Amino acid sequence: MYTQAMDTMGKDRDDAPQAARSAEEAALQARFDERIDAGDFIEAKDWMPENYRKTLVRQISQHAHSEIVGMLPEGNWISRAPTLKRKAILLAKVQDEAGHGLYLYAAAETLGVSRDQLYEALHSGKAKYSSIFNYPTLSWADMGVIGWLVDGAAIMNQVPLCRCSYAPYARAMVRICREESFHQRQGFEALLTMMTHGTEAQKEMVQDAVNRWWWPSLMMFGPPDSESPNSEQSMRWGIKRISNDDLRQKFVDATVEQAKILGVTMPDPDLRWNEARQSHDFGSIDWKEFWQVVGGDGPCNRERLAARVNAWDDGAWVRDAALAHAAKQTWKQAA
Amino acid sequence: MSPAVTPGTIPGPPAEPVGKPAPRNEWPLWEVFVRSKAGLDHKHCGSLHAADPQMALQLARDVYTRRQEGTSIWVVRSEQIVASDPGEKAAYFDPMADKVYRHPTFYELPKSLDHM
Repeated sequence: MYTQAMDTMGKDRDDAPQAARSAEEAALQARFDERIDAGDFIEAKDWMPENYRKTLVRQISQHAHSEIVGMLPEGNWISRAPTLKRKAILLAKVQDEAGHGLYLYAAAETLGVSRDQLYEALHSGKAKYSSIFNYPTLSWADMGVIGWLVDGAAIMNQVPLCRCSYAPYARAMVRICREESFHQRQGFEALLTMMTHGTEAQKEMVQDAVNRWWWPSLMMFGPPDSESPNSEQSMRWGIKRISNDDLRQKFVDATVEQAKILGVTMPDPDLRWNEARQSHDFGSIDWKEFWQVVGGDGPCNRERLAARVNAWDDGAWVRDAALAHAAKQTWKQAA
Repeated sequence: MSPAVTPGTIPGPPAEPVGKPAPRNEWPLWEVFVRSKAGLDHKHCGSLHAADPQMALQLARDVYTRRQEGTSIWVVRSEQIVASDPGEKAAYFDPMADKVYRHPTFYELPKSLDHM
């Protein structure tokens, strides 16, 4: 579904740019910088600075984990969907998220980490995933709002990544963006159906869902630019193309107009059009809540992680059996 | 989505071992090639982990052709792919740059010949 533009606030010492160690490395570094400046794509086997590799592994795997964990809040509603049509749509969407996770894990693996290492980082709580998935899905309207706002924010964040300097990641993003558009549209249409043909209670349900998801959606773009010390380096490397705050503003401006069509309001008394800026001003985000959720203390962090770990542990015998079966087939063919 | 190795068709030993052997319990990695419609060639579209060939095909279908993107799939173990060395890219491919006579536009012919 999407990666949180979330660096570690300079907590990872590894992130500090290191001086080139040798003349040969300096030459490689210079050549790499030239290629980045020329807008070249970097492929898996090309030389790259160690920090570039590490930053990518962290970002791509965070993104992959988000896709996989992102299946859980929606999976909650597959058996509760109001009609067979909505159920089929939701199933297709959740299956897409699994696919997106897979494209991204594969992209991360090209950088020299194994799938099991990536899973281990998620399951041990070492790796992060998007904070948005640590909020509960309380009503059917949440499915619509996730499509509209959460996938909408994801698309806004992901489209620039299609031009990311690391080619395997960029290729994955092209494929993902192509599929993601359906996610947003189905969500908006589900909400529009309720707002147009629904009962008063159903309309209230939509507004309630918007009230709960609006602020967490804005947090999806990550901390403010003033507190993103690694953003500048990521911009330099072409891993990041547009700043957190710029993307967030773009998202607000787009969704405020969509909300009018839907007939809902955003839960922000400070939200208003600013003629001079030709943009919407909006209230301040509760960054304390954001860091609390990122740090593991959101409403559903433990539940989500436990669901992942259980699925992995419970599936161990299936993975082993499949390997044993494959080995037996190979042995039979040889005999 | 992305190959763990760079697929290529140029024979010769790879510059470094492609596709490290998977840890004991990890399913091996496969590269997936999809023919989008009859008459076109198979194109690399990504990779996945699977225990055996049948499973690799099945998963490739589920992952890469959910929206009728294909009419045929090839899967091949990533470690079986032999790739050219990216470090040798210049030595390998640049010599073709000065062989302009390989292109039809190199030859100036009378206009009356029209579309030869």
